Amino acid sequence: MKFSVLINEGPYTHQASDSAYQFTKAALAKGHEIFRVFFYHDGVNNATRLTTPPQDDRNIVNRWSKLAEEHKLDLVVCVAAAQRRGIVDEGEAKRNGKDATNLAPGFRISGLGQLIEAGIQSDRTVVFGD
Amino acid sequence: MLHIVNKSPLDRPSLDAVLQTAEAGAILLIEDGVYAATKGSAGEAKLKSAGGKFKLYALAPDLEARGVADRVMDGVTAVDYAGFVDLVAEHKASQSWL
Repeated sequence: MKFSVLINEGPYTHQASDSAYQFTKAALAKGHEIFRVFFYHDGVNNATRLTTPPQDDRNIVNRWSKLAEEHKLDLVVCVAAAQRRGIVDEGEAKRNGKDATNLAPGFRISGLGQLIEAGIQSDRTVVFGD
Repeated sequence: MLHIVNKSPLDRPSLDAVLQTAEAGAILLIEDGVYAATKGSAGEAKLKSAGGKFKLYALAPDLEARGVADRVMDGVTAVDYAGFVDLVAEHKASQSWL
């Protein structure tokens, strides 16, 4: 079955990103396809490569990047939510005159249409948030 | 419909919202939502009064993380993340009551 996942909460806040990660991993382990993981609202904060959690803590951002690499996941960050919160890739840095980028590997910035498409293309969409 | 509740009934009325508005289906308690399924809690009374309208599930890793895995009320089935995936697959739609 084809699943998509929506994450509306940042890392290390409550549990949404952790739950979504465990759900995504379990779905992949069961042979399901993950069509897309969409990060919206504060969820875009899961996509900054500049986080440095303590060494004995889980690294939520790197964990998503690694899972994306292993399973060719499409991790999409909402552009408007990202602009508000300072999540920047090269294109956005150029367009908005920023002097740095911080988008973690495996993520891409795109529009809300990607969420709508995920809802249409997937058999199931599961929402995680606060 | 699968109703996903992730907040304790002592924190937010999302479980109340499900019980008052949804007709039937399944309720999956995750994150702090699992507190509702503990024996002797206010949530237990609410879930019991729903009178078997819903199939009740709670996420086992979240029960264990909160130290309440041995106090789950009767009528609630504990599932792992694989079971969570199965519940989503079994129901045509899922609603996260955020």
